[in-house]
Amino acid sequence: MSFQVPDDCRYLDSHEWARQQNGTVRVGITGFAQDELGDVVFVELPQAGDSVTKDEDFGVIESIKAVSDLYAPVSGTVRATNDDLLDTPELVNDDPFGDGWMIEVELDDESELDDLLSPAEYREQIE
Amino acid sequence: MSLRQPPIEHSAKQTDFGGWEMPVEFDSIRTEHSAVRESVGKFDVSHMGELTVSGPGATQLMQRLTTNDVGALDPGEAQYAAITDESGIMLDDTVVYRLPEARDEQFLFIPNAGHDEQMYDRWVAHRDQWGLDAEITNRTEEYAMFAIQGPDAPALLGAETPLDLGEIDRFELAAGSVAGVDSLVARTGYTGEKGFEVLCPWDEAATVWDALACQPCGLGARDTLRLEMGFLLSGQDFDPGENPRTPYEARIGFAVKLDTEFVGRDALEGVDVEGPAEKLVGIVLRERGVPRHGYPVQTPDGEGIGAVTSGTMSPTLGDPIALAYLPAEYAGSEESVRVVIRDEPKKARTTTPPFIS
Repeated sequence: MSFQVPDDCRYLDSHEWARQQNGTVRVGITGFAQDELGDVVFVELPQAGDSVTKDEDFGVIESIKAVSDLYAPVSGTVRATNDDLLDTPELVNDDPFGDGWMIEVELDDESELDDLLSPAEYREQIE
Repeated sequence: MSLRQPPIEHSAKQTDFGGWEMPVEFDSIRTEHSAVRESVGKFDVSHMGELTVSGPGATQLMQRLTTNDVGALDPGEAQYAAITDESGIMLDDTVVYRLPEARDEQFLFIPNAGHDEQMYDRWVAHRDQWGLDAEITNRTEEYAMFAIQGPDAPALLGAETPLDLGEIDRFELAAGSVAGVDSLVARTGYTGEKGFEVLCPWDEAATVWDALACQPCGLGARDTLRLEMGFLLSGQDFDPGENPRTPYEARIGFAVKLDTEFVGRDALEGVDVEGPAEKLVGIVLRERGVPRHGYPVQTPDGEGIGAVTSGTMSPTLGDPIALAYLPAEYAGSEESVRVVIRDEPKKARTTTPPFIS
């Protein structure tokens, strides 16, 4: 099975993606990750104003069969969270790189993005 | 140690369960779950044990090693039972089938995955100890077992067998062909839906499986379906090592017949008179979160009263549900409790399973 790995994102080896847009970075989990988890039923996210730290957990995702920590691909301040996930967590399954996004972060240090995996590197990891 | 393999290679996500490599998810748990609740789904449950017992001492051996009344079974009938030790602690739960008269063996019973060898040894040891004339055979890898479950199961299976399925009542079985393969068809299951379990020769399993054209389901959906009914999972809701429980604590007293003679009877008679201190209780969360095995259960004041044995997000209800052993006064109640999820006490209330009507 082959999974979508959009070229406009960078990746963490724990299967989170980061995409730069309008001065913030949007964060979610990859198509591969949602497929591994199966039916997502609950997502616990930080609040706007909270800080997140690269490689540290910022939330929790639960599927019917498993619970997993979410790791921040970047450090910074949370500017927005995807409140739609409260009532429709299955958006993470249906559209992991779009409507299933989780948080938007204002970066402390833009160069941090360069440390993440490129789409090609991430593709290699999940193959 | 290598994992035991089912008779068919499934294209599904796999999991290690009871020493077997079994399909956990074909499509999604939600899709598979609703297929069974709304139409029909099929499960490969060939990891379940199959042991046959025959001979002049077979009835007595079965009677003395299971808690239900084997003597009440006519050919073609089945019953749910516990297998208990001298202290009345459940080693496993099982379905005992008295086979139709056309078969050479008299009894077939189904221990849980990975328990077949242990139960074979237990049956042989007691047969020898009691000097009974009975032949015991472990046929776990001779019989494939498929569950066909859901409101449309009779129509689907009916099209593949000359058996009159309407004549097979709940907890009855018949011998007949399915997709041309000699099989046993039992009206039993683990989902709460109308359905059947089909036992057929291991090397003809694919013929039967492929003929039953419906949603394939994995162990993930099997777990959510049984949990909505409050059915026990051996090794998780009771376990002689980690969570030793009597059938009364596990709410299956209906499968214990104290007027029969069996290992554990005397201990259970005492429990029956006294009443168990704890009982398995259903819990529905009123907040977001998924209760899972081992999570603490507390009173609203924070006093520990038990732990979750099984929990999930109920796909039918859309609510998180759980089973836990709590002080017996919680049985049959609708009390406020808390389930502690990652150090957060979540509001919940007790209920009596099944969780769905």
